[in-house]
Amino acid sequence: MFSASDLRKGLKIQIDGDPYIIIDFEFSKPGKGQALYRCKMRNMISGNQFVNTYRSNDKFEKADLEERNMQYLYNQDDQYHFMDTQNYEQLFLTREQLGDNINFLIDNMEVQVLFFGTQPIDVSLPIFVDLTVTQADPWARGDTSGTDTKPITVETGYQLQVPPFVEEGDKIQIDTRTGAYVTRVKE
Amino acid sequence: MLDLEGLHLRAALFRSIRDFFVGQDFLEVDTPVRQPVMIPESYIEPIRAGSWFLQTSPEQCMKRLMGRGAKRIFQLSPCFRKGESGRKHLEEFMMLEWYRQDADYTQLMDDCRSLLCHVMADLLKQKRFAAIIKRSCLQEMELQQQWPRMSVEDAFLAFCPTTAGEALSKNLFDEMMVEHIEPQLGRILPLFLYDYPVQCSSLARRKESDPHVVERFEMYVNGLELANGFSELTDIEEQRSRFNQEIMRIKEMSGRDAQMPRRFLEDLQLIERAAGIALGFDRLLMLLMSKESINEVVSFSPADW
Repeated sequence: MFSASDLRKGLKIQIDGDPYIIIDFEFSKPGKGQALYRCKMRNMISGNQFVNTYRSNDKFEKADLEERNMQYLYNQDDQYHFMDTQNYEQLFLTREQLGDNINFLIDNMEVQVLFFGTQPIDVSLPIFVDLTVTQADPWARGDTSGTDTKPITVETGYQLQVPPFVEEGDKIQIDTRTGAYVTRVKE
Repeated sequence: MLDLEGLHLRAALFRSIRDFFVGQDFLEVDTPVRQPVMIPESYIEPIRAGSWFLQTSPEQCMKRLMGRGAKRIFQLSPCFRKGESGRKHLEEFMMLEWYRQDADYTQLMDDCRSLLCHVMADLLKQKRFAAIIKRSCLQEMELQQQWPRMSVEDAFLAFCPTTAGEALSKNLFDEMMVEHIEPQLGRILPLFLYDYPVQCSSLARRKESDPHVVERFEMYVNGLELANGFSELTDIEEQRSRFNQEIMRIKEMSGRDAQMPRRFLEDLQLIERAAGIALGFDRLLMLLMSKESINEVVSFSPADW
């Protein structure tokens, strides 16, 4: 259990059976009055936000969250299958739950899955992933501007802008936080 | 954390405040920071120091000195309040307190205005601080003018969906203050919010013309509460009974056993009429330096360890 004095930005608590993260926090105490703890919170499953003010005697349940190392196996339609690398248990997440992460998932990739109780609610990918370019227009020689970019497609089907020297079959590094090209990877 | 320039400004504010009070014939006093018994207040929790406490305010010592015949005294001293930490709060902070014999809360309001006028003029004429002081919200205010006053009851009528009485009975008084009232106060000039319900003030004197309220005020600048002053309750039987209520509430709320400050009550008999006020020194510096967080105006904040 947490008490009101533990409240701070970033703390994860459980309210009415759902996990919430505190995204904004202010302590106030009007002259000679009681301490008030104003929290802006985001539901970690639905994304809904709300604001509430708590008092010194309020208590909070710890959100039952756990991160587990898992390996991405394959997808079948909308279901993306993962395996726990410790106990080999398998589970799947839906395309909707994964959001933009599906752009960077390749077979056997190690990821961290965040569980709320037994329910997987989020996936953290490595910050940088290396993906193979599957489709790229050839570099028009003579274009020496060097600042231009061109669109390419990588093995996951994700499209992004890269410098013109990147060719089909190259491996490139992508920042999964922004989805942007970082560098060409030498094999 | 303050940089070197900030340390100079903090030191200059100490000097300026001392100049002001000494010039007004106040006696500077220093009283023990560690005390065996605290004034019981339900929403202020002291920090223990062995079997004694670190002061939550120098109030009881300063009033006892008034009992020894002091007419006008002031003090700058660190105070400690457990669990108070936030943008406007530090568990250890610097308090300015002053007391006047034969005075009531309206004289303290006048003191507040004279003090701020003095400090601003004083700091502005020191070249190294001129640039930073000119950016302060206090610089944009015509501090020489009469500052507005608003009763707590009127503030509720003006800014809240409920009256002060309803808010008190539903235990929403403090929420209303924080959410609806405080942000509105002291925008054009500093403002005195005055005449608090007696339930909110265990050491203030009742108003003769309206015994439901006490002669207490808070001074606000730009929504920031800067000072709390009142006409002192000197009727020791009423004081004892209010302390008993506070002691019971403290027990109920947190299980702590607060003690009755007996020597304080004895010495209170020696005072006839007096008024006293506490002003947050660090918060005044926040306003002068245009800082959003109290951590930025002290030499070391908890974040600096």
